[in-house]
Amino acid sequence: MIRVENLSKNYGPVKAVRSISFDLEDGQVVGFLGANGAGKSTTLKIMTGYISPSSGNVYFNDHNIQDNTSEIQKDIGYLPELNPLYSEMRVHDYLKFISEIRDIPKEDFKPAFQKVVEECGLNAVAHRTIGNCSKGYKQRIGLAAAMIHDPKILILDEPVTGLDPNQIVEIRQLIRKLGKEKIVIMSSHILQEIQATVDRIIIINEGSLVADGSSDELLSDSNTKTELSIDVENANENDINDMKATIPSVEIKSIYKEDNFTNISIEYPKNNDPRSDIFNYAVEKGWVIIEMVARKQNLEDIFRDLTRNGGKNNG
Amino acid sequence: MVVKIMGNSLIIFRRELKSFFDGPMAYVFLVVFALLNGWFFTTTFFLYGQSDLRTLFNIVPLVYLFFIPGITMGLISREKALGTIEIISTLPIEDRDIVIGKYLSAVALITIALLSTSLHFFTLMSFGNSIDYGAVFTGYLGLVLVGAVYASIGIFSSAVTDNQVISFIIGIAIIFVFWLFDKVLVFMPDILAGIIQYLSVEYHLSNISRGVIDTRNLIYFGSVIGFFLFLTTRLVESRRWS
Repeated sequence: MIRVENLSKNYGPVKAVRSISFDLEDGQVVGFLGANGAGKSTTLKIMTGYISPSSGNVYFNDHNIQDNTSEIQKDIGYLPELNPLYSEMRVHDYLKFISEIRDIPKEDFKPAFQKVVEECGLNAVAHRTIGNCSKGYKQRIGLAAAMIHDPKILILDEPVTGLDPNQIVEIRQLIRKLGKEKIVIMSSHILQEIQATVDRIIIINEGSLVADGSSDELLSDSNTKTELSIDVENANENDINDMKATIPSVEIKSIYKEDNFTNISIEYPKNNDPRSDIFNYAVEKGWVIIEMVARKQNLEDIFRDLTRNGGKNNG
Repeated sequence: MVVKIMGNSLIIFRRELKSFFDGPMAYVFLVVFALLNGWFFTTTFFLYGQSDLRTLFNIVPLVYLFFIPGITMGLISREKALGTIEIISTLPIEDRDIVIGKYLSAVALITIALLSTSLHFFTLMSFGNSIDYGAVFTGYLGLVLVGAVYASIGIFSSAVTDNQVISFIIGIAIIFVFWLFDKVLVFMPDILAGIIQYLSVEYHLSNISRGVIDTRNLIYFGSVIGFFLFLTTRLVESRRWS
């Protein structure tokens, strides 16, 4: 179990991370979502022990990473952002080097090597020089190096950048499979990527945690409104404006007069659906509704909402 | 535990040494080092007609001035520039072991380069007479020690920046200062002269080259190396607090 407590990191005057807290349970795939520069990588770097927080703590099973760095690092596999590699080394030699420092016994290296080569699809390049591999292969070499010691915790910073769509699907499946017995933490600035891969989403904006939950939870928790678009015939403007008095939950955003119908744009809170009231009101006033479309909010709207307004609410 | 700690620097050492020889770097340095020393040595060796390697032992420290910062400039700065420092720093290995492993790889390459000058020793054996083998041995020992001191300065300069050229220049500058101490002694007041003489690499080297292995000289070399390796480790650790 990982516990992150009031984590903050300042780079000089820049507050990269502001008092982030969350808990992670075993067997969870967690996605860090945020715009570029939101503080995702900084948080992950602190969790791996690469940099120290300005304040706050990270505990792995009640051991502080600051005090037991090397011990905890044995349980972590880390793929840094931009995936740095020793380009002059061969893939096999590189993984061998990693596994030596990871203290994998000599006789266990071969099966471990074959396993990651298989899982990451590195068969074709296993004995090639890293510098001569394509970007997609390099990304998977980085991933293989992060998981060769079968760690309990995998921290993957932007794991699918540089991969083509087929490879992305493969890596997604791999991450989900690994997430069954490990804690997998991945970051991305691409919402679809996170949504497709993880159980739990943590959205970070300007260094603060602005949302935390499964995508369903985020959708149901959000206090933003549903949009409703109605096309009606035989409506006059006064009646439309009076609608608010009869049905308090609606908020009229705009009214467009087209040639033979009127388009009304309405917003209403999700827990207070006024559509049947609108229908009855229309019948009463003699309108003919020819179209009524409610646009359900998706995660993207929530993400945009949370990351646009400074993200000070909805913690 | 102790075995594993040494083991970790040993893994880093092997990787570094291999990467020297995987690229052109080691070969270029070895050839240039051999050519430079060969030229300076042979042009005077047959003129003076002396049965020793003193000219060689005098010229190598000068060649070191450019040669060693060249070897060490990338040791840490390159990892910083490429970002691979993030990979090794998040492996279960102490920063100290990373520094020691890398440092020893540079010392090993310097020693290999010195071995290439043993050719001149064979020249000496075939032409000279009444050769003082002890002086040849301690001369080489002195060169290894001086190389080790300069390499510790070099790896320190490499940890200061993520730019290899800058670390090369800083390395030359610091080594030059150490090399200069001996040359400026005459201009120094007596109080300072003693201190500066003690700091001078050449002073301690000359003792050893004469065939005197004194613990005071060995302590000097050991403490300068320890000092710079300590600073290097602190610099590598400092990334956490930036």
